[in-house]
Amino acid sequence: VSGLVDTYWLYFLVGQYPHGPLGGLALTVLLGSSALVLALPLGVLLGLARISNWRLLRWPVTALVHVVRGTPLLMVIFWAYFFLPGLTGQKTSQFSTMLAALVIFNGAYLAEIVRAGIQGVPRGQMECARSLGLGYAAAMRHVILPQAGRNMLPSLVNQFVTTLKETSLGYIIGLSELSFIGSQINIQVMTRPVAVYGFVAVSYFVLCFGLSRLAYAIETRLARDRPAAALHSA
Amino acid sequence: MSHFDLAVVLGGEFRDWLLAGFVLSLQLTLVTLLLALPLATATALCRLSALSPLRGLGFTLVEGVRNIPLLVHLMAWYFAVPELLPDAARVWLYDHGAESICAVCALTLYTSAYMAEDIRSGIRSVPVTQLEAARALGFGYLPSMRRVVLPQAVRITVPPLISQTLSLWKNTSIATVIGTAELMYQAQRVETASFRGAETFGVTTLAYLAVSLLITVLAAVYQHRWPVRAS
Repeated sequence: VSGLVDTYWLYFLVGQYPHGPLGGLALTVLLGSSALVLALPLGVLLGLARISNWRLLRWPVTALVHVVRGTPLLMVIFWAYFFLPGLTGQKTSQFSTMLAALVIFNGAYLAEIVRAGIQGVPRGQMECARSLGLGYAAAMRHVILPQAGRNMLPSLVNQFVTTLKETSLGYIIGLSELSFIGSQINIQVMTRPVAVYGFVAVSYFVLCFGLSRLAYAIETRLARDRPAAALHSA
Repeated sequence: MSHFDLAVVLGGEFRDWLLAGFVLSLQLTLVTLLLALPLATATALCRLSALSPLRGLGFTLVEGVRNIPLLVHLMAWYFAVPELLPDAARVWLYDHGAESICAVCALTLYTSAYMAEDIRSGIRSVPVTQLEAARALGFGYLPSMRRVVLPQAVRITVPPLISQTLSLWKNTSIATVIGTAELMYQAQRVETASFRGAETFGVTTLAYLAVSLLITVLAAVYQHRWPVRAS
């Protein structure tokens, strides 16, 4: 294994960079984090629409969220792969294709996290803010969302783990992320599939397990702080 | 691009390909579900065991499997695991549809890790006094689990297990990377042969959605028919 690591560690970490496009572990992390960061505003908007009093907004968005959640991510990737170039009128890179698919897909999942987060804030908070003269938007922004954000934090970190794992599907459209680089190395070495795929698996594990532990720690901490917070808001 | 015409992919051999893929996807889901449920129950019992080596084993299994993408699981089962087998077993595997067998192995392991956590939290939600009362009445650990705790845990556990089944149904699509001829694989094949991307992917998406919707309805019916009783 050490021979493999000596030869391929740089390729594994950054792909062909700087002599070619960025790839490997760095691309996986970059893609996963940009997808989540871009999906977050979309998720907040969709989540707010999901609980809107205005049916014309609530119904179509509810349908959209259910459709996306009932479809495999791979399907969304194929739609993006085949129709983004026609839609934008220019050739779309694998990175943008994958990013677009992940943002749409995660937007729908985040919408449900945001909805649950908002619904977890006691109703009285909204009523109180409105009766103090804040408009709906201002009450949402200054009173509800900050509290909901706290509730959502562990789910958000877990969603980040899911997103990082989902970036591996970029392999199918030839994006040179971690698992693609892994299979390239496997093709070059030929004789060591167990070592190569084992190494890829361990890399994902270290990344994702670390983050899941972080989510768990945040959850424990929030649960411990909750009584004090409840006392303040009472 | 020519006009949208569903008839192209809904007739002749293209329809047969898509249909074959749809059937294989359903079969993968069902076989995986049947294998994953007992494995998940065993893992959950390990995680709840009083013996620390068993707890460690359960924890390692669940965390090890869940923190690695399904795609990597599939590639490992297809490209790496056969290398570890004796020659005779490897030949047998390749003669008997290695793509489907490896897909079922990877999907089973992956799904059971998620289901184990749902079963574990279902069991934990049954008050511990139930187990203590059963033990005090002279039941052994396994009989009290089977006759007292598990029946109560089932109502709480089934809804999340149904939603894991929905994930499983969607996850079968990833088996296309190792060449399992399920729905997504056949969709790519039809698209390549017919140049009818919109029609092919439209029909495929509808097929995935139809089964997803069915599973969602099933979950709603279950929760209506067998709601969780307040304890």
